[in-house]
Amino acid sequence: MSASATKESITAPRLALPLWKVAVARSTLEIKQFFREKGQVVFTFGMPLLMLVLLASIFKQHIADTGVDAQQIYVTGMLGVGIMATSFQSMVLQVVGERANGTLKRLRSTPMPKSAYFAGKVAVVLVSSLGQAVILLGLGTAFFGLKLPTDPARWLTFAWVFVLGIVSCTLLGLAYSSYVRPQSAGAMVFLPVIVLQFISGVFIPFNQLPHVLRIIASFFPMKWICQGMRSVFLPDTFRPYEPGHSWGHGQIALALGAYAVVGLLVCLKTFRWKSRNDG
Amino acid sequence: MRKSYGERVVLDVDELSVEKGEIFALLGPNGAGKTTFTEILEGLRSHDSGELSVLGEDPRRATAAWRTRVGVVLQDSQDYAQLTVREILEHFASLYAGARDVAELTHAVGLHEQRDQLARQLSGGQRRRLDVALGLVGRPEVLFLDEPTTGFDPEVRRQFWELILDLRREGTTIVLTTHYLDEAEHLADRVAVISAGRIVDVDTPQRLGGRHLAKAVVGWNDEHGAHRMETEDPTGAVLELAGRYGGDVPQLTVTRPTLEDIYLHMIGDNA
Repeated sequence: MSASATKESITAPRLALPLWKVAVARSTLEIKQFFREKGQVVFTFGMPLLMLVLLASIFKQHIADTGVDAQQIYVTGMLGVGIMATSFQSMVLQVVGERANGTLKRLRSTPMPKSAYFAGKVAVVLVSSLGQAVILLGLGTAFFGLKLPTDPARWLTFAWVFVLGIVSCTLLGLAYSSYVRPQSAGAMVFLPVIVLQFISGVFIPFNQLPHVLRIIASFFPMKWICQGMRSVFLPDTFRPYEPGHSWGHGQIALALGAYAVVGLLVCLKTFRWKSRNDG
Repeated sequence: MRKSYGERVVLDVDELSVEKGEIFALLGPNGAGKTTFTEILEGLRSHDSGELSVLGEDPRRATAAWRTRVGVVLQDSQDYAQLTVREILEHFASLYAGARDVAELTHAVGLHEQRDQLARQLSGGQRRRLDVALGLVGRPEVLFLDEPTTGFDPEVRRQFWELILDLRREGTTIVLTTHYLDEAEHLADRVAVISAGRIVDVDTPQRLGGRHLAKAVVGWNDEHGAHRMETEDPTGAVLELAGRYGGDVPQLTVTRPTLEDIYLHMIGDNA
């Protein structure tokens, strides 16, 4: 049994383009596309900003002996929410949508290397997350008593927490997208994210949560991102309120690093270019 | 070559080959396996057993170099809604070495005036032409078109046919699926009819299903009403009638089975 189409080539095989060029092209396109999708932009950026404004306007109490107000804690929490929004949430929604509307299938039929697609996604997440963080920090310093650190070591911490947080959540989002049907994508994304927001110290200070919830939260990246952000923007006087009275940088790096590796492995193993009913 | 989903065999193709530089049409009712077959050839789905070679390679193991040589126009795409025609084409051109010139391409598919419109603002037929342009942008040696003219108005469809014939003149091999029998007849060098996952017949549009051997129908009307005669020798029949009526045969018609007649007959047998 055999079926064959044209056997010989008409022209000599053409050279492939360098990967970096294709990756740059993908990145430009993804960023352009992201910012033209107005609804998505408003939602991704608006949610954490709105939550910050609401929460920080309602809860202003002073945390004893720390020089910290609830308002500043909310800013750090919203940085975590923002990272989840621009990486995990928008990644799942984008990729599920692109699988359903034929984007991925079309790309599959071109010589574009898979890695260029992922590079484009990382670029759009990086740009939107940075934008998000700048707005949140601006709002925090202008209205909610946040003091930006002057110590370069703290900014270094910010950099690695931010990058590890984004990379792990983006990869987890890409991996998770393979299990989500387009019809239920919204619910499948927001349900876990909202639960995590409650148990990771975003709305309720982490030390006030029941022990069991704190244990559960430590199995997900959001708790670690928020903890890392607190360590950057809150003074050391706040440390007694943290688990083990320490910022726990080693654990943060370990947890987020592990997530990045797990996410990458699941991604490589399960990422699908077609929708489920496409065979 | 075989493809099944669970117990259900959806495609079972014996010997079939497409020649370099030919236009090959796949005809068949919805659900017959046209798209499945095409997507297997495009390397987007994999077959379960049997041998298959496109441009000398098994599409299941498609390399980037192979994909450079294969152009694909899928059914029903709605991607890149927020980008303009030109942006989308320029992006895809950047994925290929030696891509077609974007301006040339927008002219060729008749989208030059719409080049700065967002994809979501295009009409159904314009969107389809964008898809065709995306299939052509990498200068493929083999072009797969899955129902390319759905939603085209007759004039645009004619232009599209000209474009396809131009491509053949340049040496492109074209495999297209279509619902339109006039399209297959106008474009295709050979036609395969696929029904319930099997190839029923492969031949030129003129010979498909023994069309060239089928009897012609000679019809005419006189004061006794309508007459109809099936014959293998319509010329002889007409001459004889002309003799009988002393010249003009009233309301004479001679019809041969259309591709559609033959096709419907074949599908009916296999449905």
